[in-house]
Amino acid sequence: MNIGVVVFPGSNCDHDCAHVVKDVLGHDVTMVWHKEASLAGLDAIILPGGFSYGDYLRTGAIARFSPVMQAVKQFAGDGGLVFGICNGFQILLEAGLLLGAMLRNRSLHFVCKDVYVRIENAATPFTCVLKPGQILRIPIAHADGSYYTDPVTLAGLQANAQVTFRYCTADGKAVPEANPNGSLDNIAGICNAEGNVLGMMPHPERCVEALLGREDGRAIFQSMIMSLERKKLAAAR
Amino acid sequence: MKAKIHVTLKQGILDPQGKAIEHALDSLGFKNVANVRVGKYMELDLQENDKGKAEAQVKQMCEKLLANTIIEEYRYELG
Repeated sequence: MNIGVVVFPGSNCDHDCAHVVKDVLGHDVTMVWHKEASLAGLDAIILPGGFSYGDYLRTGAIARFSPVMQAVKQFAGDGGLVFGICNGFQILLEAGLLLGAMLRNRSLHFVCKDVYVRIENAATPFTCVLKPGQILRIPIAHADGSYYTDPVTLAGLQANAQVTFRYCTADGKAVPEANPNGSLDNIAGICNAEGNVLGMMPHPERCVEALLGREDGRAIFQSMIMSLERKKLAAAR
Repeated sequence: MKAKIHVTLKQGILDPQGKAIEHALDSLGFKNVANVRVGKYMELDLQENDKGKAEAQVKQMCEKLLANTIIEEYRYELG
């Protein structure tokens, strides 16, 4: 597989994502500068974390206008896998590829710590090697991660099983005490209705090797690769 | 023509910065303060003499970029 990692001015988790794809999972990776207009030849796209455009105006608000985002929209519209992590999630929200918006953390602090997330939907291309209810310990690092949407949209997300990850306690309870940022309904990650676009605030790319502490995040990338392989097999038949 | 644009979080959406400022004002002795809301102020010059056209443009700017209308509301003055 050849996975594209988009690099915006201010991205800072791009090389971590590339490291996972290339060194940990053994697939090809292509760094895609935000001025690129084509994503031809790529099997999936990752929008990495960071502070694109210095978070000016709102997080992700300016990155949405990068030339590459037109191509990302097209790619997603054609059913391609698009995975936004942290700032990547914020960009997907501002670009309208995912529903909702991010508010400043309720505590007003930049929160950088490990959290537990529960897999709410294990049927997405990003969670297919996991089990529903499984708990992962993944770090977060953000100041604007309090997910918000209107009640009607929230009900739609819940009804369509688009809430993919919820913040929870170590034993899997999605209670307010386990919510690190004030996110509505403890939401840590959502996907689009078709399931091919996912955004999450936690950083799975930061925990993929036991040597560096933990490898809980690896399953997300493995799921992506497995879905792509299945799709290729099905297309070859 | 100059446009002066204010963007704030919608009423009903918790504004933690506003709350923090409210507590600070309370600590300073301003006991009669409530509902502090923090926002952004932007101003820009528009090369447009027709107020109607200018207003339509500013509205579009707010809807498309300057405010995220899921969480924010905006108001503007033209002059």
